[in-house]
Amino acid sequence: MTNSDKNKDLAVVLVIGKDRSGIVAQVSDFLWKEEINIEDISQKIMQGIFVMTMLVDLAKARSDLGVLSTKFANFGEDIGLSIQIQHYRIFEAMHRV
Amino acid sequence: MTLNISLEEIYETYKMTEKEHFDIRAVTLGINLLPCVSDSFATLCERVEKKITTTARHFVKRAEKVDSRFGIPIINKRLTITPAALVLSGALTGNATTDRKHAVAFAELLDKCASEVGVDFLGGYGALAEKGLSYADQTLIDAVPEALGCTEKICGFINLATSKAGINMRGVARIGGVIRDLALNSDNAIGAAKFVVFANAVSDNPFMAGGFHGIQEADNVLNLGISGPGVVRRTVEAAPRDLALDEISELIKKTAFKITRAGELIGRELARDLGVRFGSLDLSLAPTTAVGDSVGRILEAMGLERVGTHGSTAALALLTDAVKKGGLMASSRIGGLSGAFVPVSEDVGLSEAVKCGALTMDKLEAMTTVCSVGLDMIPVPGDTKTTTISAIIADELAIGVMNNKTTAVRLIPVPGKKAGEMVSWGGLLGEAYIVPLHSENSDYFIWRKGQIPAPVTSFRN
Repeated sequence: MTNSDKNKDLAVVLVIGKDRSGIVAQVSDFLWKEEINIEDISQKIMQGIFVMTMLVDLAKARSDLGVLSTKFANFGEDIGLSIQIQHYRIFEAMHRV
Repeated sequence: MTLNISLEEIYETYKMTEKEHFDIRAVTLGINLLPCVSDSFATLCERVEKKITTTARHFVKRAEKVDSRFGIPIINKRLTITPAALVLSGALTGNATTDRKHAVAFAELLDKCASEVGVDFLGGYGALAEKGLSYADQTLIDAVPEALGCTEKICGFINLATSKAGINMRGVARIGGVIRDLALNSDNAIGAAKFVVFANAVSDNPFMAGGFHGIQEADNVLNLGISGPGVVRRTVEAAPRDLALDEISELIKKTAFKITRAGELIGRELARDLGVRFGSLDLSLAPTTAVGDSVGRILEAMGLERVGTHGSTAALALLTDAVKKGGLMASSRIGGLSGAFVPVSEDVGLSEAVKCGALTMDKLEAMTTVCSVGLDMIPVPGDTKTTTISAIIADELAIGVMNNKTTAVRLIPVPGKKAGEMVSWGGLLGEAYIVPLHSENSDYFIWRKGQIPAPVTSFRN
């Protein structure tokens, strides 16, 4: 993590669902409205299932992670996808020694 | 910045919190009440109230904030205090009736403070009496049935044995009656679920009902209890049926490591927010009544038809050890009890095994030689003799003393109920079938009282 990353409040977003066009656009649009910045994005199709992981910065986000988590779940339900968000440091603690 | 966590790792973490109920079971703020000591009961109460309500004023709110920030649920927020017998002793007058009333009033005051700051429970209404009962200890245990019966959030304990001192059998003999009275004094005997008898009690236990703030601790300390039987069960269930047991141990260790690391992160954040010391991290597989959150089911997933059958002790030994090892590798702050709990009424798998007769009192006792606590949340017949309750306690404390480990007893003699009948408390405490006990009495053994000497292994000076 560089110095410029220190002011960031990073979280990981996981999007899973049936592949179709427009998913990236819809999710990005939602993030933009919540004032969440995308730091990194990676997406693939695994056995016909769309899987996307995003690293996002919540430093300027409209709500905190707890509220966002519900918003994401509801938004995901509306557009037929499973969307989850969790703090980056949890992953770092669990998976990096 | 680029995302350097693989998809598999991300998915694994989501699964743990979303589907397998990984949570922070308890954040427990320990408060040292020794500075409040006074020879006037009124002054003592005033100081204690001020101390608790100021120290824990923002505790619940800050815990909720951390919960929300990291997306890992913090289920219970609790307080522990210096053992109440020590805090009270200076204010006792020597008149047994007045002092007993004061001890009950003290519990009511603590209950009021706990409600005011919004915590679920406050633990530490107890005494350390492994070598003898002081006047304050006696006063307090005499007050326990009334004090825990008339309060909502207060949990009590008594430590009656250590590997260094042996077992205080005078205390053990007396506590059988206290537990019976406590059961009689409360609705459906629920008061007895709030009282634990210990051998080798630990001073930094974040779990209730046995938590207290030890005198060797700093003023204000945050301890954290992490759970996750569901996560471990999924890991074991997902393993091939013929996977060797050392490999199973390895899988459990890795899982324990991961959940401990996440727990430590949250504990440190909350301690920093509160401006208190981060104490210890207790990784204990503590079952809840939620289906899947059962330690019994983990043992069954290892290949036992029903928990309680032959092989259960070995399976539990493997589980407890693997959980401890994973936790110890993950954090140098591992403390408390750390291991696997076997609370009968709170664990669906154990409760069912009792119902069908696979799990008996004797097998439970054997299993507690390798679990991290002891005979926990076991409903027994209402007409059980107090000497039998004391004898069960003596057995369990002996296991702790001889094996240099913590053991505890939380028995619930349910009035009017006989072996095999069901008792339901609802909520977190669950429901269970009354466990049958031996009918032969232990009267003369208990009536001897005295002290069971410390084992030879304790003399290391």
